[in-house]
Amino acid sequence: MAESHGGAKSPAAGAHTEAEGGHGGGFPPFESSTFASQLVSLAIFFVLLYVIVSKLALPKVGGAIEARQNKIEGDLAEAQTLKDQSEAALKAYEGELASARARAQAIGNESRDKANAQAEAERKALEEQLAAKLAEAEKTIASTRTAAMSNVRGIAADAAGTIVQQLTGAVPDAASVNAAVDASLKG
Amino acid sequence: MKIDPIHQFNIEPLFTIGHIGNQTIAFTNSSLYMLVAVAIISILMLASGTQLVPGRLQSVAEISYEFVASTIRSTAGAEGMKFFPLIFSLFMFICVSNLVGIVPYTFTISSHLIVTAGLALLVFFTVLIYGVAKNGVKFFKIFVPHGVPGYVLPLVMFIEVLSFFLRPVSHSIRLFANMLAGHIALKVFAGFVAMLGFSLGALGWVGGVLPLALTIALYALEILVAFLQAYVFAILTCIYLNDAIHPGH
Repeated sequence: MAESHGGAKSPAAGAHTEAEGGHGGGFPPFESSTFASQLVSLAIFFVLLYVIVSKLALPKVGGAIEARQNKIEGDLAEAQTLKDQSEAALKAYEGELASARARAQAIGNESRDKANAQAEAERKALEEQLAAKLAEAEKTIASTRTAAMSNVRGIAADAAGTIVQQLTGAVPDAASVNAAVDASLKG
Repeated sequence: MKIDPIHQFNIEPLFTIGHIGNQTIAFTNSSLYMLVAVAIISILMLASGTQLVPGRLQSVAEISYEFVASTIRSTAGAEGMKFFPLIFSLFMFICVSNLVGIVPYTFTISSHLIVTAGLALLVFFTVLIYGVAKNGVKFFKIFVPHGVPGYVLPLVMFIEVLSFFLRPVSHSIRLFANMLAGHIALKVFAGFVAMLGFSLGALGWVGGVLPLALTIALYALEILVAFLQAYVFAILTCIYLNDAIHPGH
């Protein structure tokens, strides 16, 4: 290839053949005959690279990075909503628990009060009943005593009449006997 | 055995493409390595997958992407991302060709001033044209720094203008000189090993240990330099573009 090149560029052969022949004392970076070739290649390949980079490479890699970023952000947001949801559920549960507890307390209080009131009422009724029975019993006792006392007077009057008859042989006047008995009973 | 540290920089035409005037335009070894660099970058960026969890190749592609993107954002701001493809192309082209060039018997594209000058002038004219197109006359405020007393302003402006037009010179020579000097030094030290071995026999092989160690150390340094110079070229491009985007600063 070098030979064909050498043949093709016969008008500008000098510097190139020098470069090919072990740079013949010249310093390659300063050999101006190679500048045009290098600049043309640089232009071609750099433009090619620029087009590949700007049209294909950067959108692709940038897209992958962005997709990952979006995925991470989406996942984090989802985790956050799930956390919020679970917190809300916990709060709702706690609220429910507290209200149930309050309701239970209220029911307890109410039933206790009701039971107390009922017991009180029953006690009162029983007491009244007992008091009534007591009063009745006392009345019975009193009447029995009066009856007993009147019986005693009768017996005393009879006994006094009989005694007077035995002693005197005359039947005493019932009225005077009664008056005497009454007087002695009072005395 | 003759050490010829310059031979590695020879441009060897492989075949002729055509003629411009009396200049022969040839496909040279330099062109071949440009093609290799473009091919490696394309394979790296395009053949890597787009998985959610990246593999090795995809990781390298994404790290390159993020690295260049964060460099642009930190030096030229979010607006600098307009030039992402350009800066990415420059960085990857220089970095990959430098790393390929470090392999023995290969050719280093950026060891030729004309190539680095071409890239630096591309950046220079991009800055100039974009700066004037976007900011109009305000672009030339970059030559008038804030808070400079009136009596030194002409001098400062002269220096600023001069430094602006010398930018492509320093931009291109920095890369060129680094690559050239590094490859010459490597070749010289590596040549010592062979020269000692061939001229002094067994004693020479023992004596060659020192230059061999130096060669290995230099080789590691050159790998760093290959990457670093690409990074320096890219970050300077960002800084220059920042002038075109925000001329007030």
